[in-house]
Amino acid sequence: MSTETQVLDTPLRQGVVTASRADGTVRRRRWPFSPWHLLLLPVSLLFLLPFVEMFLTSVEPASEINRFPPSFIPTQFTLSGYARLFADSDILHWLLNTVIVSASAIVSHLVLCSLAGYGFARLRFPGRTFGFLAILATIMIPSQLLMIPTYVMFARLHLVDHLGAAIVPWLASAFGIFLMRQFFLSLPAELEEAGMIDGCNRLQVFFRIVLPLARPALATLAIFTLLGSWNDLVWPLVAINNDHAFTLQLGLTNFQGSRRTDWSLLMAGNVVATLPLILLFLVAQKQFVATMASAGLKG
Amino acid sequence: MTTFALRPTEPAKRPDDPGKPRRRRRSTASVREGLAGWGFVGPALLIVLGLTVFPGVWALLLSFQSWDGFSPATFIGGQNYADLVTDEGVRAAVVHTVLYTVLFVPASLLLGLALAVALNRRIRFIGLYRTAIFVPFVASAAATGILTTYLFSPQFGIVNNVLRVLHLPQQGWLEDRGEAMLVIVVMSLWGQAAFTTVIYLAALQDVPGDVIEAARIDGANAWQTFWRVVWPHLGPVTAFVAIYQTLQAVQLFDLVYATTRGGPLDATQTIVYYLWKTAFQNLQFGYGSAIAYGMFFVTLLATVVVTLVQRRAGRTPS
Repeated sequence: MSTETQVLDTPLRQGVVTASRADGTVRRRRWPFSPWHLLLLPVSLLFLLPFVEMFLTSVEPASEINRFPPSFIPTQFTLSGYARLFADSDILHWLLNTVIVSASAIVSHLVLCSLAGYGFARLRFPGRTFGFLAILATIMIPSQLLMIPTYVMFARLHLVDHLGAAIVPWLASAFGIFLMRQFFLSLPAELEEAGMIDGCNRLQVFFRIVLPLARPALATLAIFTLLGSWNDLVWPLVAINNDHAFTLQLGLTNFQGSRRTDWSLLMAGNVVATLPLILLFLVAQKQFVATMASAGLKG
Repeated sequence: MTTFALRPTEPAKRPDDPGKPRRRRRSTASVREGLAGWGFVGPALLIVLGLTVFPGVWALLLSFQSWDGFSPATFIGGQNYADLVTDEGVRAAVVHTVLYTVLFVPASLLLGLALAVALNRRIRFIGLYRTAIFVPFVASAAATGILTTYLFSPQFGIVNNVLRVLHLPQQGWLEDRGEAMLVIVVMSLWGQAAFTTVIYLAALQDVPGDVIEAARIDGANAWQTFWRVVWPHLGPVTAFVAIYQTLQAVQLFDLVYATTRGGPLDATQTIVYYLWKTAFQNLQFGYGSAIAYGMFFVTLLATVVVTLVQRRAGRTPS
C-alpha cells in the first residue's frame, strides 16, 4: 500500500518527451517551457470548470443567472442562495444524517474488516478457506440484484425510512475484508511472533502491533468507505422516503424536482454536499489516489 | 502495483498446512485458535454474507413469483423470464445501456491513457494538473446531476453560451432525445477519468525504463517508442480496465436519475433504471427480480467468455 501512495509521485525517467529530450543532439528544444503545458493547462481548466461554475452560481443573484444572453463572469455577489437553502430546507439536518451514516460506516468498516482480514490472513481455523472464498464470490454479485429483497427485509425489520437503513449495508464489505487480508499477508509475521513470545495474546498483538502498521491500508479503506457512503444515492433512494431521514444526496435530488429553477439554491446545496470531500481530497490527495488504484481490486 | 488483476488472487497459500497437525491431535490450543479465528472473522462474515447470500437467494425465488410486496405472492414459474424476452421496455433499456457502454468505455480508456501519458512527467505545475483532473472523482452522482443540468441547460448553460459566441447552432442537450445520452457520457467521463488515469499512470511507471532506453538508443522516436514498446506493456491493464468499466457502465443508474430520470421520452432509460422503476414505482417485485437476474446472468456469461478468450489470446503469441 505504501508503495502505491509513493509511486505516482516519482515518475520514472521514461515519458515520451523525456525520451526525446535526452538525445538533445537530434532535436533541440525551442520552447521555453514543456509543450505538454499547452495540453495540460486547458484540460485541467476544463476539468475544474464544473466546480468553478458551481461556486460562482451559488453566489450569483437570480437576476444575473436568468439573464439572456448569459454572462461568463458574474458581476454581482450575494449569499441569498445560501440564505434560502438554510431557511427553507433541512439541509443541515441532512448533512448531519450523512455525517452519521459515513462516520458509522467508516468506524464499523475499519474495525470489522481489519479484524476479519487479519483472521483470514493469519489465524488457522476450520472453514477458513471456505469462508474466504464465499466472501470473494459475493464481490461478483451486483448490488441491484440484492436491492429488492434487502428492501423487503429491512421493511420487516422496521428499518425502512430510518437512518439505520442507510447505515447497515455499510457496516462491512467483501472488498474491505479482501483489501485488509491482502495487506496483512504482505506484513512480515516475525513481529507478531515476537509479540506472542513476549506474552501478548492474539487481540493484543492485533491492536498493539498489527494495526499501527496497517495505517496505509486503513486510510485506503476509510476513504473508500467515505466516498461510497457519502455519495450513495440509489440505496437511500430505495430505503428512505421520509425527509427527516434524508441523506444529503437524497435532499439534493429532491431539490431538483421542487426547486428546479432556483439555481443559486441548488448550487449552494451542491457546495454543502461536495465541499467537505473536495477539501479532504486537497488535504489527502495521495491517499485518495492510492484508494483509486486499489479500487481496481474490487473488480 | 501490479496487484489489480481480475484473477481473484492466487488460492490462499499456506506454507504450513494447518490441517495435518490438527488431525493428528486435536489439542485445546487448536480449538482455542479456531474459536479465535471465528471470533475475528465472524462479525464481518455474518454481515457480508447476510446482506448478499440471503437476499441473493431470495431474489432468485422472487423472480419466479408475482408479488407486489403486500398481497400474497403467487408462484408463476418462468413467466417473468418469458415476459422479459418480449418486453419492449426491456429491449429499449438494453439498447440505451449498450449505447452508453459503447460510448463510455472506449472513451474512458482513451482519455485515461492520454491523460496518464500527459501527466507522467516531471514538469512544473504537474501536481496542480493532477489535482485538477483527479478532484472530480469525489463529486457524487447527485451533485454531478445538478451540475450537468446547469452546464447543459439550453437557456442558461455555459455550453450553449460558448456555442452562441462561436456562432454555432444551439443544442437541446438533455432535452434532446439524441443528445441526452451523450451528455451523460461526457459527465461520466468527467467524474471517472481520474480512475482510469490513475490505473494507467501506475502501469506506465511499471514499464521497465531500460527497455525504453534500449528503444531510444536503437533510434526510435517518441511516437514509435510509445506504440511499439510502452503500449504492449499496457495490454493486461487495458483489458482489466475495459472489463471493469464495462461492468460499471451496464449498471448505470445514479447519473440518469440525477439528470433526466430516464427521459426525454425514455431515451436514457437504462436497464437498472427500468429495474428500479419496475420494482419501486410499479411494485412488481417478482418481475424486477427477474430483470436483475437476467442482467446478472448475461453480464456474468459475457465476463467469463471475454476473460477466457483473452487468456487464450494472451497465451498463443508467446
